[in-house]
Amino acid sequence: MSGSDNGMVTSRAGRPGGGSRGNVLVALHRDAVAPRFDRATEAWLGRIDSEGGLARSRTMVLANASAEELCRIILMENVTVVVCCGIEQEFYDYLTWKRITVLDGVVGGRDAVIGALLAGTLKADAMVGGV
Amino acid sequence: MAEGTTQGMTAALGPLLQGLFDQSVAARTLLDRIPLPLALVSAERRVVFLNQAACALTAMSPERARNLPCRYVFRCSLCTGGCPLDVVDKSPTAAVAPVAREADIVNADRARIPVRVTCGALTAPDGSRVGYFETLEDLRLFRPAEARPEWPQGFGDMLGHSAEMERVFRLLPGIAQTDSSVLVTGETGTGKDLLAEALHNASNRAKGPFVKVNCGALPESLLESELFGHQKGAFTGASENKPGRFRLAHNGTLFLTEVGDLPLPLQVKLLTFLDDKIIHPLGSTRGVHVDVRIVAATHRDLRRMVREGRFREDLLYRLNVVRFHLPPLRERGDDIALFLAHYLKVYAGLFGKRLAGFSPAAERVLLQHAYPGNVRELRNIVEYCVNVCQDTHVDVPHLPRYLLEETGEAEASGGGVHAPAGLRAGQGMRGEGAQALGGGAHGRAGGPDPAGTEWAATGMAVAGSGAVGKGHSGQGVPPVGAPRGDATWAEAERRLIMEALLRARGRRGAAAAELGWARTTLWRKMRQYGLDQ
Repeated sequence: MSGSDNGMVTSRAGRPGGGSRGNVLVALHRDAVAPRFDRATEAWLGRIDSEGGLARSRTMVLANASAEELCRIILMENVTVVVCCGIEQEFYDYLTWKRITVLDGVVGGRDAVIGALLAGTLKADAMVGGV
Repeated sequence: MAEGTTQGMTAALGPLLQGLFDQSVAARTLLDRIPLPLALVSAERRVVFLNQAACALTAMSPERARNLPCRYVFRCSLCTGGCPLDVVDKSPTAAVAPVAREADIVNADRARIPVRVTCGALTAPDGSRVGYFETLEDLRLFRPAEARPEWPQGFGDMLGHSAEMERVFRLLPGIAQTDSSVLVTGETGTGKDLLAEALHNASNRAKGPFVKVNCGALPESLLESELFGHQKGAFTGASENKPGRFRLAHNGTLFLTEVGDLPLPLQVKLLTFLDDKIIHPLGSTRGVHVDVRIVAATHRDLRRMVREGRFREDLLYRLNVVRFHLPPLRERGDDIALFLAHYLKVYAGLFGKRLAGFSPAAERVLLQHAYPGNVRELRNIVEYCVNVCQDTHVDVPHLPRYLLEETGEAEASGGGVHAPAGLRAGQGMRGEGAQALGGGAHGRAGGPDPAGTEWAATGMAVAGSGAVGKGHSGQGVPPVGAPRGDATWAEAERRLIMEALLRARGRRGAAAAELGWARTTLWRKMRQYGLDQ
């Protein structure tokens, strides 16, 4: 696994309330949300501050696609919101049991999903474009 | 035969079959009636059409699937590597020889389903590629018996050898062969969903779809459309025809869970269906005949609801043709031990831990618990224990604290006991624990429910001895000795590290070995929790 700063510009613009706050993980495959949580090859980790701005972000390249490994990263990084597309009930239940919000069924390109996250408009089953 | 484009399914699949009959045949009707899940995909690999069987398998509506990249509709294990469409593209003979692969999909209902994917190219008369077809054959029914986990006594994915469950298992095969409506009752977490699925899989309808609808999950207006479908223009926003779950379950089984939450007006519509097997989609003037077996389940007392006027008596009698009552776990005797052994094995495998069993003391506590959340609660408890336990046997300190408070063990095992003493007591029990529980068994997780949530809210508390208190992260070494309830896994892990370090008298290498971690992992976690100062 390797980590690298993706160089995204920190955004502090005012955002509508009610969006995701805290540490967020987006399960990725190439430049879009991975079709399946357990098949994600990369994970975007971002911290969204109380004003809805992106405090920091990085992309982790996973050595192996694995739902268990992603769960470990999610817990280790104190992630509060997970964005993915297909996820098995077992892992969904596990993450929600850990009081992590799981927005599943999300379809979209990486930048579009992150944009929707920052705008506070991303919901489960959202199709945000970019694919 | 296809002339599919991404310009909308209805328009693209108009007069598709020509020349076979005197008149053109509507392709949509033909494709929808094929019982095999089938999709048409454009050359850009976007979904052009899903037939009804594919909608049922993927749990996705045609409207949502339309024009989406097919990887987001099928969510197949091959989508991120080894896509059979790549093989079709490369193979010069693909047009005549479709490519088949075994894989699995995760559908929109979050179910993982083994499938055989068969893909082929669709070409225009001039030979140019216009798209692909894909079929997904559900392999759940063809799984070899040896691929299933071993469980000595049970039916389908259900497990148990108590007298009550054996009676249920004896009756199930015979009932499965009929088309009678079945009502499954029982407390939450007793396995009503599993029974419904087992009934479907053992029936002659097993090759047909098994469609589940939670009657309590949707408001009345949405539920009616979801169940019975609607015609285009039936109400504001109904821009397309929707088949509804009844039609998706044609030739299969419709499982209505939480049927006690079905609003009264819909109870009438359900009653009408049970009488004449015809449904009336919203906005449609014509009824549609569907061949569906109804299995309903509820944790509510329907007779009382009838007395209170909240459930129709005539519907109760029609649903109650065959009734299965699943007893609560507390009345299932030795099944508790069976489930404990089974889930310990499952979660130990899942989390990569080597756990041989429960200590006699922990087993005593677990067997005495009443399990108001039934199997689901037991499963959550075992998952918690496996998470927390770093030994070879799950001991009393690894149990959720609320269990110990019930039996008074909290004071006996944890209250005022310092870590080393408490752990020594635990170690003394291990030898016997190896033979405490044995044998594999099988069960399966159900969905989340209030009982599970309630446990989650309280179950994170650890009745640990020598626990580390909350609110000390990164602030030096906290006091050791007083039992604490850890609110998060991070706190529990921090406490485990502290205990290991104490036992190793501060030697990090020994502590890391005890925890089963590399030294660097221990060092990183100690930094994370502020224990390196």
